[in-house]
Amino acid sequence: MAEASMADGLFEVAGGVPHLIGGRRKSDGRVVFPKPQGSEGEDYEPVRLAHEGLLWSFTVQRFRPKSPPYAGAEDEASFKPYALGYVELPGQVIVESRIETEDFTALTVGMPMRLKLVPFRKAGGDVLAYAFEPAA
Amino acid sequence: MTDVHIVGAGIHPFGRHDDKSGLDQGVFAAREALDDAGLPWSDMQFGFGGSSAAGNADAVLPRLGLTGVQFINVANGCATGGSALLAGYWAIKSGEFDLGMVVGFDKHPRGAFNPDPADWGLPDWYGEIGLMLTTQFFGNKINRYMGLHGISPTTLGRVAEKAFENGVRTPHAWRREPIGLNAIMSSRMISDPLTQYMFCSPAEGGAALVLASDRKMRELGLAGPKVRGAAVRTRVNGSFEVFSPSLDIERGPSPTQIASKAAYEMAGVGPSDIDVAQLQDTESGAEIMHMAENGFCADGEQERLLEEGATRLGGKLPINTDGGCLACGEPIGASGLRQVYENVQQLRGRADGRQVADARLGYSQVYGAPGLSGVVILEA
Repeated sequence: MAEASMADGLFEVAGGVPHLIGGRRKSDGRVVFPKPQGSEGEDYEPVRLAHEGLLWSFTVQRFRPKSPPYAGAEDEASFKPYALGYVELPGQVIVESRIETEDFTALTVGMPMRLKLVPFRKAGGDVLAYAFEPAA
Repeated sequence: MTDVHIVGAGIHPFGRHDDKSGLDQGVFAAREALDDAGLPWSDMQFGFGGSSAAGNADAVLPRLGLTGVQFINVANGCATGGSALLAGYWAIKSGEFDLGMVVGFDKHPRGAFNPDPADWGLPDWYGEIGLMLTTQFFGNKINRYMGLHGISPTTLGRVAEKAFENGVRTPHAWRREPIGLNAIMSSRMISDPLTQYMFCSPAEGGAALVLASDRKMRELGLAGPKVRGAAVRTRVNGSFEVFSPSLDIERGPSPTQIASKAAYEMAGVGPSDIDVAQLQDTESGAEIMHMAENGFCADGEQERLLEEGATRLGGKLPINTDGGCLACGEPIGASGLRQVYENVQQLRGRADGRQVADARLGYSQVYGAPGLSGVVILEA
């Protein structure tokens, strides 16, 4: 894992297990992801989010998104569709993520998912990103 | 407080018009609305106007006449046109004015738009990694809904099939050729389960309405549908909206649900009283979900209702009688006003070729980014 993280404070590895870092609002305990930065961030304390959860919803991105904001290194010819969706981390929050799978048809709401850190081929050099994959 | 009536309605056909600016189309709609009411621009005491991507709405003034009229530009995301109508409604209902115009127009570039994460208070990585597309939000929302409530992809196709059928009958629609169910289902997949023909496209167009108090309408010898209820509401915690890196586990109502409830309460009517409805159909799934969010059916009933043709012309609740966003496209500044324009035509018995018999109550709902919904209920 030589690549730099795609952003600071987004995830951490504890005991070999990756976790996303959310923010818990001090006033009411509401958990959000990512942890807000800057002056808004002063209202939140960091919270280590669960490593596993359940697929809440999903879709497949079938065409290369426009750049900007998309920064993937591939062009339209080499673009490969990718799945993405929302994963419910029990008792914490539902987070949006890319979903690592070759078999889009096997995705179903409620299936167990697990976080992993994956290289993202960004124009200008690879970075380390997060994704969920089916846990089964 | 006075009642508010719509005494004139105008529209510039939606679609692509390379020889016209968005402003041209707004001015065209404004003039048509004035002609419909038989009134000169100089009679207007106020104007509220909206445009998202085609410049200042206030730029209609030099074209319509620099009369010194109070004119306010409205910008409120996808509900910009609907919000202009609300502002005009309140202006008259408050007693401050008794005759004025609301106008909306737009002209968007082709294809999905590319937002800047910073404009939405989001970190750059969210866009860089490919999570910042409106089309993904729609795919995610309907996929979960289909999983929970037993809606099939064919039902999504039926929504689009109906939209194009209605577009054929509508002079102001963009898509005026029928597209069969098989062609819709087998068109290019955009964001699963939604195919190309299940999505509306950014487009161009203009729409305008002349509003009058009850007293002014009678004084001028005019007539027109009465605004029975009107509300705009924004998202609450637990609502699922576009560009959300995280969501609360505890789910809440959508802005459409709370705007709908408020408008029904104002109007003193319920969903079963409505004769014709224009619902936000950014894509096929949105119309399915909005049927339930606006109270027209329970979650999951859409599967049977669409199979029966309940929402087609001649069905028990015709929805999007002019083809909606799917057949008209979505020029943001004009889209909510187009819905109201269509209901005005229906309630005045002028919707040639697509007329809902004896329509008395018309319902419209516009919804969009960043998570707001506007509902208007009209009575003939």
